[in-house]
Amino acid sequence: MKRLATALAFATVFAFGIQAASAQTLAAIKSRGELICGANGTLAGFGLPDPQGNWTGFDVDFCRAIAAAIFNDPTKVKFVPLTAKDRFTALQSGEIDVLSRNTTWTLSRDTSLGLDFVAVTYFDGQGFMVRRALKVSSALELNGASVCVQQGTTSELNLADYFRANQMQLKTVTFATGDEARKAYESGRCDSYTTDSSGLYGERQKLAVPGDHIVLPEIISKEPLTPAVRHGDSQWTDIVRWTHFAMVDAEELGVTKANVDDKLKSDDPETRRMLGAEGQYGEALGLTNDWVYRIIKHVGNYGEVFERNVGQGSPLKIVRGLNALWTKGGLQYGPPFR
Amino acid sequence: MADQTQTGARYRRRIAGIAVQVGLVVLIGGLVYAAAYNAAQNLARAHIASGFGFWNNTAGFDISQTLIAYSPATSTFGRAFWVGLLNTLLVAAIGIALASVLGFAVGIARLSRNWLVARLAAGYVEVIRNVPLLLQLLFWYNAVLKSLPDLQGSIALPGGSFLNTRGLFLPRPEFSSGFSAVLAAFFVGVLGAIVLRLWARHRQERTGAEFRIFWPTLALVCGLPLLAFALTGAPLTFSPPQMDRFNVRGGLEILPEFAALTVALTTYTAGFIAEVVRAGVLSVSAGQAEAAHALGLRPGATLRLVIVPQAMRVIIPPLTSQYLNLIKNSSLAVAIGYPDLVQVFTGTVLNITGQAVEVVAITMAVYLTISLFASLLMNLYARTTSVVEH
Repeated sequence: MKRLATALAFATVFAFGIQAASAQTLAAIKSRGELICGANGTLAGFGLPDPQGNWTGFDVDFCRAIAAAIFNDPTKVKFVPLTAKDRFTALQSGEIDVLSRNTTWTLSRDTSLGLDFVAVTYFDGQGFMVRRALKVSSALELNGASVCVQQGTTSELNLADYFRANQMQLKTVTFATGDEARKAYESGRCDSYTTDSSGLYGERQKLAVPGDHIVLPEIISKEPLTPAVRHGDSQWTDIVRWTHFAMVDAEELGVTKANVDDKLKSDDPETRRMLGAEGQYGEALGLTNDWVYRIIKHVGNYGEVFERNVGQGSPLKIVRGLNALWTKGGLQYGPPFR
Repeated sequence: MADQTQTGARYRRRIAGIAVQVGLVVLIGGLVYAAAYNAAQNLARAHIASGFGFWNNTAGFDISQTLIAYSPATSTFGRAFWVGLLNTLLVAAIGIALASVLGFAVGIARLSRNWLVARLAAGYVEVIRNVPLLLQLLFWYNAVLKSLPDLQGSIALPGGSFLNTRGLFLPRPEFSSGFSAVLAAFFVGVLGAIVLRLWARHRQERTGAEFRIFWPTLALVCGLPLLAFALTGAPLTFSPPQMDRFNVRGGLEILPEFAALTVALTTYTAGFIAEVVRAGVLSVSAGQAEAAHALGLRPGATLRLVIVPQAMRVIIPPLTSQYLNLIKNSSLAVAIGYPDLVQVFTGTVLNITGQAVEVVAITMAVYLTISLFASLLMNLYARTTSVVEH
């Protein structure tokens, strides 16, 4: 009995230790001195280290924006490359503070994985890439095709749904990473490679002759790509969520990396509230009042980040489409700073 | 009196020993329980789903190789688990069979008096044993894929088979009703061969006269089914694979992932088995062979009747470890997209359900069960080869 009591004491200590670690994410990040961000690591335009080891990409810049808001220094981020398969476990176990890795927000992920999705940073949809030589112009012509796909993604499930809904035969070949799936497609193992269409443009850049491959016009799913945090720390959830909204609102208000210092002296009340010239909005979040100024100064607004990483300023040349501001026919809409 | 004290001391020592063991069991049990309880509490606190309710939910994803009926629309995660498990068992069973044959051949070859044969076998063992299995696996997968033509340039093999990057497509055998007679004839043949062998041995022990059983055995095992096959009017047809726009339809399909994994596991494990076999054969003292020769046994009979039975005693235990290694190494399938248990279950199922603790626990229990079962079979076999002490 004495031994059992000892064992239970061990367990209590262990349980208590875990509980202490999971609370107060912001305080933990501040005392650690850096943000730990789960990123893709192999996807051009979204998360990819260059040969010098500098991380670049749309999802990467989102983490840099959070670091800028907290530390006034966008370099205080440690990026952890994650496969689709491992990403949720890394977040659940506390290995990372935020998951910014082209992850689709779904009901089951939101409810059963112990995490919270914050705000859709990129509205995407799943597409198919095929060889030009295959002379296919629609995904509906892919009856009987072999398709390479990455494991543990919504793509894997949508693929099965789409072929089933259209009464087509499918041969799936599943790989643990997007890189492996793309290589298998390139070596001829599959007729088609499928993932989010933004990812297809990124992956196509890595093929030997990108021009030999086309992305088919069909978008077969809704893929709201959304950063996620652990469930249960509302303060941290708010910080991550409002980092995105701040960047969207900055674009809408015409605040850019170049003019942010001038805009501090702006007469527009919302701009003044956002940049911290008026009110205590940053402190309410647990940050400083100039937190948005820091984000825009170091990283830029939503439109700048988009164009630099995946838009016209990048090899991917993706058009804004659904990701344009709501004032320009898109879906990106930030709640007011008030 | 002295005797009694001694018995009493021994008795007390025994009681103390049992008490320590019981205490240890309670401690380990308590720790396991505490860990499980703690994990459950933490999962609940973090709002992560737990329990085994996911087992009967619809899977919704496709699997490239299924030995049992499976459809993404209706099959459950539980069904996906069995599909993955059977794929693991398939590659493990074929790998063990092929690795044993190749390993024994290489091991014997390394002991050959022919210099070239012995050196080649030694070179094989050294190269294979000293390159990580994962690299070999990737080598075979890429070697297989890159060297094969695409669908349009498929290599047509005799008998309506095709070979291309999508795999090897063989005609699928279709059995009609009369085929059960052929199977029955085969079993009768095997049974007859066993009886014949027992009878021949018995006769040799009794009279010393040798009975050559090779040709009668062949006639029983192969001739009898062939005869039944002819009499029932050839109840077996082959449906050849058909070239389609994207793929080869119908027929029997061997995936390149499966081929690469089988080849990699076979060649790798064979390198270790070869060394085990060599050690086993060398453990039999030279005097045994000399004695057998002196008794007039031919070299083949010496190997079969004197050397191998004694070598097996030494070979079986390390051979068991190699078999277990092969079973566990099959989980490297995840690197090349072969849908084994780890790839399907701890890959896709874990990710969709998010229930890492349950899924990983089930998978570990499965590997443990498979390995313990394989171990049990090998131990039973080892018992038949062990020295009978008189």
